[in-house]
Amino acid sequence: MTLATSAIEYSSVKSIAGPLLIVEGVEGAAYGEIVEVICPDGEKRMGQVLEAREGLAVVQVFEGTTGLSTNQTKVRFTGKTAKIGVSMEMLGRIFNGRGKPIDGGPEIVPEKELDINGYPLNPVSRKVPSDFIQTGISTIDGMNTLVRGQKLPIFSGSGLPHNQLAAQIARQAKVRGEGEKFAVVFAAMGITSEEANYFMEEFRKTGALERAVVFINLANDPPIERILTPRLALTVAEYLAYEKDMHVLVILTDMTNYCEALREISAARNEVPGRRGYPGYMYTDLATIYERAGRVKGRKGTITQIPILTMPHDDITHPIPDLTGYITEGQIVLSRELHRKGIYPPIDVLPSLSRLAGNGQGPGKTREDHKKVVNQAYAAYAEGRSLRDLVAVVGEEALTDRDRAYLKFADEFEKRFVRQGIDEDRSIEETLDLLWELLAILPEEELKRVDRELIEKYHPKYRKK
Amino acid sequence: MSVVGKIIKIAGPVVVAEGMKGAQMYEVVKVGEEKLTGEIIQLQDDRAVIQVYEETTGIKPGEPVVGTGSPLSVELGPGMLRAMYDGIQRPLTAIEEKTGSIFIPRGIDVPALPRDIKWEFKPTVNEGDYVEEGDIIGTVDETPSIVHKILVPVGIKGKIVEIKEGKFTVDETVAVVELENGETKELTMIQKWPVRKGRPYKKKLPPKIPMITGQRVEDTFFTLAKGGTAAIPGPFGSGKTVTQHQLAKWSDADVVVYIGCGERGNEMTEVTEEFPHLEDIRTGNKLMDRTVLIANTSNMPVAAREASVYTGVTIAEYFRDMGYGVLLTADSTSRWAEAMREISGRLEEMPGEEGYPAYLASRLAQFYERAGRVVCLGQDNREGFVSIVGAVSPPGGDFSEPVTSNTLRIVKVFWALDANLARRRHFPAINWLQSYSLYIDDVTDWWHENTGPDWRPLRDEAMSLLQKEAELQEIVQLVGPDALPDRERVILEVARMLREDFLQQDAFDEVDTYCPPMKQYLMLKIIMTFYQEALKAVERGVDPSRILKVSVKQDIARMKYIPHEEFINVKSKEILEKVKNELGSLQ
Repeated sequence: MTLATSAIEYSSVKSIAGPLLIVEGVEGAAYGEIVEVICPDGEKRMGQVLEAREGLAVVQVFEGTTGLSTNQTKVRFTGKTAKIGVSMEMLGRIFNGRGKPIDGGPEIVPEKELDINGYPLNPVSRKVPSDFIQTGISTIDGMNTLVRGQKLPIFSGSGLPHNQLAAQIARQAKVRGEGEKFAVVFAAMGITSEEANYFMEEFRKTGALERAVVFINLANDPPIERILTPRLALTVAEYLAYEKDMHVLVILTDMTNYCEALREISAARNEVPGRRGYPGYMYTDLATIYERAGRVKGRKGTITQIPILTMPHDDITHPIPDLTGYITEGQIVLSRELHRKGIYPPIDVLPSLSRLAGNGQGPGKTREDHKKVVNQAYAAYAEGRSLRDLVAVVGEEALTDRDRAYLKFADEFEKRFVRQGIDEDRSIEETLDLLWELLAILPEEELKRVDRELIEKYHPKYRKK
Repeated sequence: MSVVGKIIKIAGPVVVAEGMKGAQMYEVVKVGEEKLTGEIIQLQDDRAVIQVYEETTGIKPGEPVVGTGSPLSVELGPGMLRAMYDGIQRPLTAIEEKTGSIFIPRGIDVPALPRDIKWEFKPTVNEGDYVEEGDIIGTVDETPSIVHKILVPVGIKGKIVEIKEGKFTVDETVAVVELENGETKELTMIQKWPVRKGRPYKKKLPPKIPMITGQRVEDTFFTLAKGGTAAIPGPFGSGKTVTQHQLAKWSDADVVVYIGCGERGNEMTEVTEEFPHLEDIRTGNKLMDRTVLIANTSNMPVAAREASVYTGVTIAEYFRDMGYGVLLTADSTSRWAEAMREISGRLEEMPGEEGYPAYLASRLAQFYERAGRVVCLGQDNREGFVSIVGAVSPPGGDFSEPVTSNTLRIVKVFWALDANLARRRHFPAINWLQSYSLYIDDVTDWWHENTGPDWRPLRDEAMSLLQKEAELQEIVQLVGPDALPDRERVILEVARMLREDFLQQDAFDEVDTYCPPMKQYLMLKIIMTFYQEALKAVERGVDPSRILKVSVKQDIARMKYIPHEEFINVKSKEILEKVKNELGSLQ
């Protein structure tokens, strides 16, 4: 982010509380204006006006207020709102959470400066996302199909391999049969340096870094900076997508840390808390991030978002996953139970959902049998899973042959379909064929949700002949 | 004369200005150099607290605030159908054309109704006729589906001294009325109405007529009346969106007002892309021809979201006043309540439950109270109705939270969407044990007159079977189905039929997507006849496993896919006979 040089300076800090500075005697500070805070030791920090009154401004300091004093701190109002300079040179570069390069390379010479809050997309300018993205992961491609312009979060828990999964998606994602320009924008908020290194290493190893723009705010970086990081990332993504015709995949991790930062500021401002202490405007705030995914008329590029969040105590009703789920178009849910069974990726397909899946499935996109065979597999797996509970009560002997077949299906489904290698890139045909193979475990008359013609065409029993 | 004040504080969507003496509550003001639209929501001495409908970043204390002298209003007249508005009735398509941008910039001013279109005005009164408020003075064929009726504005009565015919824009004079005091008043095709005030009518009528939606679970089990109110909770992933689309597509309302309030942008896009192509069975035209869309997606300014439901309901009332039936769907009222909470928080008001303002319940009640079947203003005593279906999004699926619980105190119908049913691929995922309708007694007569005299007993018995099934399922979980007595096994089988062959409905199947009332009744009658005959067979000592194997079960399973006419006139009789014969012949 860029700072202006000419500006008005004040040294009238009245109070400091948490990440906030209250500056008095201020004339004409704009709401949302960017300020430069000069510490007693000469260090410069960045802040933003959260509330502007006549003669008073409330400023949040992105780097935190440690070391600031009320009498020796200077505050310079830049007269600018938060902007980021963008250019194609940003591809392949790594920035901190405020947009400063941290890879040792030169500063970016911006092609233009863009407001990091962006503007809301006009709903009539949008186009319904419908291009199938193949991630090479069966549970996503087959059961929860991702399409270009969608926002599909991963709901995870601490200790689950969401980072590996995100890296695998970033590495393998492609739209088939097209050589279009593709980029990854990666924004990390409050992740550990080990996690950051893992991603960097992954991106380097696979050559993905050249087509990636990376923003990293580490766990020991100032939490307030996390408010900026996703907005910077999405502004760059919008530039790449809508001005440079690129298909951009934005990975945001970990949104839980972002929400914590939001809560911290809210608490410091003595705002009335909403559920579990999170501010009442968290839904609106999250929406201004997630809704920046999309596909629009007249532009070739698209923005697809995969936000990652860790659910506190694996609780899907916690405000963060709950509000996220209301904004995003579905969710991929990781399961601790599958993880414990040693299954990677531990995606539980039952609570997972892609609301736009139907738009990306079917002839011309994937395959004619896709919708029906997935529907059948869903129903069969759900049946198998509920039978497991029954077995726990009555024992397996009490089951009918039909029920035993469903149990076997559920087990095999997890072992062969859900589980795949971390480098295993399955095509959609492989994924669907695998489903047919597993469905062959069930008696044929149980396949009520697929048409006769499809069975004759794809069922292994008929295919071998 | 307009008030001009000066900004002294900005915090998010809330701005405080002083020097505002003379400004009115809920007056619309233009804020700052960029002239952002806002509305006064609090007055203290010469200070006004303003909620701003646009993003306030960059606004400074000291910038001017200019009053407009009128409260937040909508423009009513030809040109609303097929349009898509934001929460304060700014036309999104026109904005896109004017700016050439994919984004919505700030401070943009585009009139809600197009001023350049000339509409063909056909007068329906003559010079010398006496007219009152609400009388129809002429019509405009706005779309192939809807004739727009031009009404005498509220508060005007007198003699028509001039009436025109031909092509006019909305702001050209089409009639002149001589008022009782001798003054003359020029009438155009456009009217303004403040959104927070309900439009007047002569009298409210009781909710005796069901609003048929063509969805079996809704019509037969949990009927919504014309002019009634309903709530749909939607835990995410429960198929709320499809349910609402189905309602918009198939309800027997003339006009649909669809408010996307704080929801996903892509969902609104699906509506705008899908509705223009959807055939409307009622008129043979396109569904879009009788639809008004209001889109204030989650990332659009929060204050405009607060206003969007009022904008929508005012437009709905206007079509009602023409004598039309209107379905208003608001998705989601929880987002609306959250917008209220957000603004209330910024005002530092004392919070009520979970941070919502103390006036949450009264605002919700006021909104739903604007529904109703009424005798409209005007000398011809025509009738119109507005039915409101509001979606609620309970956080964490918890129905005890304030928005859901307060909504349930007001609405008469509750269609409880259930994520578990959705996961089991039971659609529409409306839970039959939790849902209710308080209109059943009111609409029973209609059903008896229009389908068969035994509709009510059939429905009640089917409900109790489903109820009974839930109890039996608990036992089955423990001991298995074979341990149940014969009679109970029959109940389980019939309840399964009711669930799979009656309640489940395929929104994506050409035939099953809509089911007329007569077909619903006959389907129910066949299943319940099956039940009666099966019970008789059990009493004769027939083993239930033989009952479960009769071939008519296949016919029952396929009923929903049989074209309506064929089913009602031919097949239903055949299947009913077959039920009686097959079960009756078991010994």
